Amino acid sequence: MMMMRNSQLKESKADSRPAIGTSILALGFILLMGSIVLAISVGAANIDFLTVWRSIFNYDSTREADQIIVSLRLPRELGAAVVGAAFAVSGAIMQGITRNPLADPGLLGLNAGASLALACVFAFHSSPSYLSLMFVSFIGAGIGAVMVFGLGSLRRGGMSPIRITLAGAAVSALLSALGEGMAIYYKLSQDLAFWIAGGVSGTNWLQLKLISPVIGVGILIAIMLSKELTILSFGEELAKGLGQRTLLTKGILMTVVLILAGTAVSLVGSIAFVGLMVPHVVRFLVGTDYRWIIPCSAICGSVLMVLADTAARMVNAPYETPMGAIVSMVGVPFFLYLARKGGRKVA
Amino acid sequence: MILSDQLKRVRLTMIFALILLLAIFVISVATGYVSLSPAQLGRTILGNGTSKENLILFGFRLPRIMITILAGIGLAVSGAILQSITRNPLSDPGILGINAGAGLMIVVYVNFFTIESTNFLYVLPLFAFIGGLLTSAVIYMMAFKKGEGVEPTRLVLIGVGMAAAINGAILILSTRLEREQYDFFANWMAGRIWGDDWTFVLALLPWICLLLPVVFAKSHVLNVLNLHEHVTVGLGVNVERERRILIFIAVALSSASVSVSGGIAFIGLMAPHIARLLVGPRHQGFLPIAAMIGAILLLGADTIGRVLLDPSGIPAGIVVTIIGAPYFMYLMAKK
Repeated sequence: MMMMRNSQLKESKADSRPAIGTSILALGFILLMGSIVLAISVGAANIDFLTVWRSIFNYDSTREADQIIVSLRLPRELGAAVVGAAFAVSGAIMQGITRNPLADPGLLGLNAGASLALACVFAFHSSPSYLSLMFVSFIGAGIGAVMVFGLGSLRRGGMSPIRITLAGAAVSALLSALGEGMAIYYKLSQDLAFWIAGGVSGTNWLQLKLISPVIGVGILIAIMLSKELTILSFGEELAKGLGQRTLLTKGILMTVVLILAGTAVSLVGSIAFVGLMVPHVVRFLVGTDYRWIIPCSAICGSVLMVLADTAARMVNAPYETPMGAIVSMVGVPFFLYLARKGGRKVA
Repeated sequence: MILSDQLKRVRLTMIFALILLLAIFVISVATGYVSLSPAQLGRTILGNGTSKENLILFGFRLPRIMITILAGIGLAVSGAILQSITRNPLSDPGILGINAGAGLMIVVYVNFFTIESTNFLYVLPLFAFIGGLLTSAVIYMMAFKKGEGVEPTRLVLIGVGMAAAINGAILILSTRLEREQYDFFANWMAGRIWGDDWTFVLALLPWICLLLPVVFAKSHVLNVLNLHEHVTVGLGVNVERERRILIFIAVALSSASVSVSGGIAFIGLMAPHIARLLVGPRHQGFLPIAAMIGAILLLGADTIGRVLLDPSGIPAGIVVTIIGAPYFMYLMAKK
């Protein structure tokens, strides 16, 4: 208890490093462009960088390379970038609100809830519109979140990070078993299996047009509320003492999380650990000020997902490896490190 | 006095569990793609069935039921051991990632060897065991901190993480498989009881038959290990050594079971809990009951899955999870 209070006091002054933050944003942007160009150029048909550049900025529908790039690869990589930003920002917000270093939409049951909701839609509706898929997966993510947080806070003494993580594991197991059962019962497994494993392979411009504004607005709200989030991350009492309406702030932020995670899942399926890793790395670099953490997380998440998708296509070419598998292979050592480090303090 | 009371209760529960198991057994034998009426069933068992009835009963259903029962016993006892030695009511070979480790070795095996070879069935449990053992060693080492020992919640947390990592690796490896192998493996992962041949029973039986008596013989050690660590040391038990032997056995039991039954979690969690509720925490009485309940649960889940959807059925693993995960949540909320 004493230790907790000490660390609280130590943390209660935001450690902000604008110089590093700005350079991460700039560098991240360049990296993102670079990795998108790289991702577009490698694949079943290798296309050199110059051609990629030319066809994006000087599109000519008669050239075959241009068509591959603009109708197949570009939307796919942009989709990966958008989704990566969504996962990373929602992870950052969750970590800030719950003050739980292990918070991540994949680990806390949000993704499983969205997947189950989607399985239900596919079971009862043969060709749902993408908009309704997005909406449904948002609802599903909400159900998952309510279950996890409800379960985590049932006992007196409230939500310790470990309890929340365990609740997340149990809820995820339940919801994904239900989803799997539905898929088998209604013979959807062929359609759903790869999708649940995670991938951006089918992304088209229409989907991109629908999700980008939603995710963009979500991230914008998050950035606007980032100062409040920084205060909230020091502890609820402190935030209340500073005159914040904590319940309202938390409610808005949690809705943003659900929108971001739900939309992202509706595009790529359940991918864990992006929302866990990215904010941690970013926090390590830019300090504890969420005004920097959120934008930097967004851009780093994008880079990570684009690279992960490239890896997913390269590892076992010409077959695609599920992207979720690649991300969790990288993410888990990270999780283990955090669990080991945080185990004593948070227990 | 107390002892004989418990003994009576254990005996009564045991008889009741046997009757229940028998009832589920009969239902399970009778239902399926072709249902057999009780009359047909009796006739076939007595050796007077038609060749078709014989094939259905002895060729398909009985071996599958035997495998399910054996796997249920193995998983339940493994969970009971893990719960006692980690002193954590949430321990289970599935949740701790041991089953995932076994699965990883199986996918490696399927990747590099053909599944048709005759030795396949006997080598599979061995491979699964190696995988489970390596995984549990890593988890144990990660959870171990000098001066603190193995802190139970950290152990579970690290197990959950390991399971996620290994499942990622499994997914990557399984996309490299041929179509036919992939189907086999996908079903394995979902926990579909896939063995339907007497050879599978033979592959699993020695593991259960050899290890169960050892566990039962160690009941008193388990009783003591379940107490506080310093009490245990005070009573002259070599804690670390006994603990390692028992982990070894638990891993062997669950890996062997999982290798033929598929990735099934939560049986090892639920069965010991229910058993403890029924007959109390003394291992002499509680272990056999846990084993019985494991068999009942898994056979029940498999039957439900088969009845719900013919002919392929919903994998037992999914049915078990749908029942088991809420139970896990209940335990979390209560504790």
